[in-house]
Amino acid sequence: MSLTPLHDAAAVPAVHPTDAGSLGVLLLLVIGLPALGAAVLLLGGRRTDKWGHLLGCATVIGSLVLSLVLFFDLLGKDAGERQLTQDTWTWFTAGSYKVTFDLLYDPLSAVFLLLITGVGSLIHVYSVGYMAHDERRRRFFGYLNLFVAAMLVLVLAGDYVGVFLGWEGVGLASYLLIGFWQHKPSAAAAAKKAFVINRVGDIGLSLGAALIFVTFGSTSFTVVSAASEHAGDGVLTAIGLLLLLAACGKSAQFPLQTWLLDAMEGPTPVSALIHAATMVTAGVYLIVRSNFIFSLTEDARTAVIVVGCITLLMGAIIGCAKDDIKKALAGSTMSQIGYMVLAAGLGPAGYAFAIFHLLTHGAFKANMFLGAGSVMHGMDDDVNMRHYGALQKAMPLTFATFAVGYLAIIGVPPFAGFWSKDKIIESAFADNFVVGLCALVGAGVTAFYMSRLMLLTFFTKKRWEKGVHPHESPNVMTWPLIGLAVLSAAGGLLLVNDWIVDWLTPVVGEHAEEHLSVSPLVMSLIALLVVALGVLVAWVFVGQRDVPREAPVKVSFVTRAARAELYGDAFNEEVIVKPGWSGVRGLAVFDRGFVDGIVEGTAASFAGISSRFRLAQNGFVRSYALALLAGAAMVLLALLAVNFS
Amino acid sequence: MKFTAPHIEYDLVAPILIVLGVAVLGVLIEAAVPRVHRYLVQTVLAAVGIVAAIVAAVLVLNRIHPRAENPKPGFLSAEGALAIDGPTLYAWLLILGLALLGVLLFAERRLEGGVTAFAGQAAALPGTEAEREASAKGLEHTEVFPLLMFAVAGMLMFPAANDLLTLFVALEVLSLPLYLLCGLARRRRLLSQEAALKYFMLGAFSSGFFVYGIALVYGYAGSMRFERIADAVAAGAGSHALLLGGMGLVAVGLLFKVGAAPFHTWTPDVYQGAPTPVTAFMAAATKVAAFGALLRLFYVAFGADRWDWRPMFWVVAILTMVVGSVLALSQTDVKRLLAYSSIAHAGFLLTGFLGARSLGDIHAGDINPVQAVLFYVTTYGLTTMAAFALVTVVRDAGGEATHLSRWAGLGKESPLVAGSFAFLLLGMAGIPLTSGFTGKWAVFASALSANAWPVVIVAVLMSAVAAYFYVRIIVVMFFADPVGDGPTVAVPSIMTSAVIAVGVAATLVLGVFPGPLLDMLGRTAEFIR
Repeated sequence: MSLTPLHDAAAVPAVHPTDAGSLGVLLLLVIGLPALGAAVLLLGGRRTDKWGHLLGCATVIGSLVLSLVLFFDLLGKDAGERQLTQDTWTWFTAGSYKVTFDLLYDPLSAVFLLLITGVGSLIHVYSVGYMAHDERRRRFFGYLNLFVAAMLVLVLAGDYVGVFLGWEGVGLASYLLIGFWQHKPSAAAAAKKAFVINRVGDIGLSLGAALIFVTFGSTSFTVVSAASEHAGDGVLTAIGLLLLLAACGKSAQFPLQTWLLDAMEGPTPVSALIHAATMVTAGVYLIVRSNFIFSLTEDARTAVIVVGCITLLMGAIIGCAKDDIKKALAGSTMSQIGYMVLAAGLGPAGYAFAIFHLLTHGAFKANMFLGAGSVMHGMDDDVNMRHYGALQKAMPLTFATFAVGYLAIIGVPPFAGFWSKDKIIESAFADNFVVGLCALVGAGVTAFYMSRLMLLTFFTKKRWEKGVHPHESPNVMTWPLIGLAVLSAAGGLLLVNDWIVDWLTPVVGEHAEEHLSVSPLVMSLIALLVVALGVLVAWVFVGQRDVPREAPVKVSFVTRAARAELYGDAFNEEVIVKPGWSGVRGLAVFDRGFVDGIVEGTAASFAGISSRFRLAQNGFVRSYALALLAGAAMVLLALLAVNFS
Repeated sequence: MKFTAPHIEYDLVAPILIVLGVAVLGVLIEAAVPRVHRYLVQTVLAAVGIVAAIVAAVLVLNRIHPRAENPKPGFLSAEGALAIDGPTLYAWLLILGLALLGVLLFAERRLEGGVTAFAGQAAALPGTEAEREASAKGLEHTEVFPLLMFAVAGMLMFPAANDLLTLFVALEVLSLPLYLLCGLARRRRLLSQEAALKYFMLGAFSSGFFVYGIALVYGYAGSMRFERIADAVAAGAGSHALLLGGMGLVAVGLLFKVGAAPFHTWTPDVYQGAPTPVTAFMAAATKVAAFGALLRLFYVAFGADRWDWRPMFWVVAILTMVVGSVLALSQTDVKRLLAYSSIAHAGFLLTGFLGARSLGDIHAGDINPVQAVLFYVTTYGLTTMAAFALVTVVRDAGGEATHLSRWAGLGKESPLVAGSFAFLLLGMAGIPLTSGFTGKWAVFASALSANAWPVVIVAVLMSAVAAYFYVRIIVVMFFADPVGDGPTVAVPSIMTSAVIAVGVAATLVLGVFPGPLLDMLGRTAEFIR
């Protein structure tokens, strides 16, 4: 596979931030506010029940305001000065290795800050309504605040160890929130599964950071980015692959993708914020942030592209067969992140587009998840789309906003998704025909499953359960929907004058020109044609037929495979869990039989010796005196033996 | 023959004189003060005397730095009979500190319902009408305080002794009061008296070896003084067999006192039979004094001949650790178990003692053997003292409940007592973050730098064996169900509580911040001759 050749190695931009000065306080506050909120809500206990959710919203909205201030300040600076750092404290030192907890604020962190706090604020507000009847709402907001704080640490850290702290923090928050309704065994199991699979990815990050330290003597972005050109190819590839493993875990990429669909057991706002808009994109962030590694290693980038392609098709196929509205959306999330990973793997030609798609996706996917939540709210928490239908009338606002998200994701101009996905498809074709074809096919399949979802939910005939009376959600839930719908519609504006590309140049380096054999306009038309084909197929096979209330059993092999999530779980079960169990059983037998045998045998023999010899301690002074005499003889003999030997 | 009055530097030996004076005063008080007031007077006098001695010792400590008129780091005092140097003063302060804790334990009255742990009337035969009468009257022996002070005076002289005769006198001064104290238990008096008699007889027997050893060494060197013996050894004059015999027999006497195998046989019986406050004091302070003396005698007087005596001490150290650790495994009585544990600790101390090497071989920053032994004996002394103090508070109808099975479920009955005891046991086992770990590390490092690695290997193995029986007690306390009514934990007065608190705190502090004490010992641990 041929990759876009780099101009030269010096194209890797070094991180050389200047001191943030007075803005540093704001940076600390951006993280500090939600962290404080989490602390108050989680430690304050029941006393904070009454106003806990309001505090939770206030801290995140406060962070959003600060993020906007910071953003506009950065916008006013010259491109070369858009990297700021804030020293805080030395986290730990070990010998010559020193980890300082420095914050790095640059164009990449800036857009992430806006995404996290912006979408986060809307979802916090939405949750006030969505979780209104939950007894543990205050705790829910505590966890959400914890998540936001950890995610902000992740994107603001100026050191791989700092990233790791945030990485683990969001993992913890994700675990707590997936299992929020822990009384449901399925939720508890899903939380555990997410945690365990994420651990596999985390090993990649910790080993990657360790290898970075061994190679560069530091884990700070500043040092590593300046020195990465001088590192060996093999080492860079190894680091890249380890970071890719980390990204696969957190972003649910093949082969660590199976946890994301189960994670839909969490409350819907969680799915929207963590498992669609922000946390699952941390893998993409990590790859783009580590551009000074990936730009220098073609092999690792090839692996990234392969993973992205596989996942974008897998996610799309799974999305086609799911009847659970949230799982269908989760499949879609996998697929869309596959696009971002693919773009990130293209190197300097794709970094900016990966982030662009990440931002637009954050808006329209959060929009649709919250819309799905609104639908569920009206349908008594039923998630089966086969029990929906004709909701367009009953929930007009939800329908309208959802439709905007739908048009954005399938890529209809002028909605946000069109611009971002189109750029990725173009770049992919410019890089390699097969990769481009995957991206194009993925776009068609996306159009199909999203249309299917749309039709099943809002059109076709009513298939409601008895006693269900769909109704529009309260204002506190619909306003965030409207906000997100506006973002989904207008997100494409980021591409005006290549703004997003120029904005990210200080971080990821000069954008590499692509060499496409056909004009971009033709490319866009082809992509639109494929999308239209997908919509048409959905219209014919779903919209024009009666939808059975029970999922049909006699279906093709492909459908069965897609329903089983392409056998990801079965694969894990057979290849990892079962051999793992046998290995553990073998070790247990070995431990009991051999290790315990030695230990207990030794103990028993010492005890035997002990009880034999204690008989010498018979209590008679004469025996003791004899022992003393023998001892004296022994001492004299030992002295003489040494002297006269 | 003209008699010249010896010149005594009273200020230098003031700590010994103060303690001896208080002891004599205590005897007079027994004769002069009415019985009801004696307890209070004796306790206060003993405590004040010890504090005064500590102050005197600190004043001396400030004077021993080398200076123009006395280039040596210390003084020879009393016509050279006593050496007042860094190790001596450290041993003095430690012994006096332990003695102060000992006074607190001796004075504890709340546990026995208003009387001390000592016999009401020692002369009354056990089980007779006279004994019951004494007990009904609430009599108690306050002579234990002067006896304690005499023993302390002997212990102060022991590590300072710079000639063989003084060494012997100090040995007897410290031993005789202890023999008596061992027989004064209020409960289980037959066991107590048997212990006292055994200790006395075996002690007398070993003193015989010791004195004969002195005679042989005198025959070899023609002097009792350590520095003259050292000169003779260095010169290689006289019959070497005399020296070897003398060294061996003197060593027997000292090894008996520290309870090293195979001279340890008295230890379990005596530690078990003696009143627990006496056991606590004896186990802690005697080891300090005896190791101080052992170090000075073998480093200063016989140091040049260490190639001859070191293998013998290798054997004794290994044997002591093995006997102490292995025999402790099958013990069922807490006091006996702690006795075997103290034998094992004597072995670890001997391991540190084996680090003997010439001053030129000790590099800056190394752990020198004197430093290691003194540090270890500090940690051991404070931990052991607190452990025995804790034994006194776990009781049933018959007094102290020392059988291990009676300790089952103590963790539920009193988490504080069981937790403190468990912590002290972990300290003895040498778990990191306790003083025992640092102590073990110091003695092992000392022995390794003198290439005594076989001993260190045995020491590490025996540490593992020892950990087993320490942890066994913890398991019994926390994870076993109580038998019958289970033990009760008596609430002691502030005095016993203070001893326990000091011991636990020292075990923790010396484990977490051992640096200052180790550094201080590194600077002061130099013998003069």
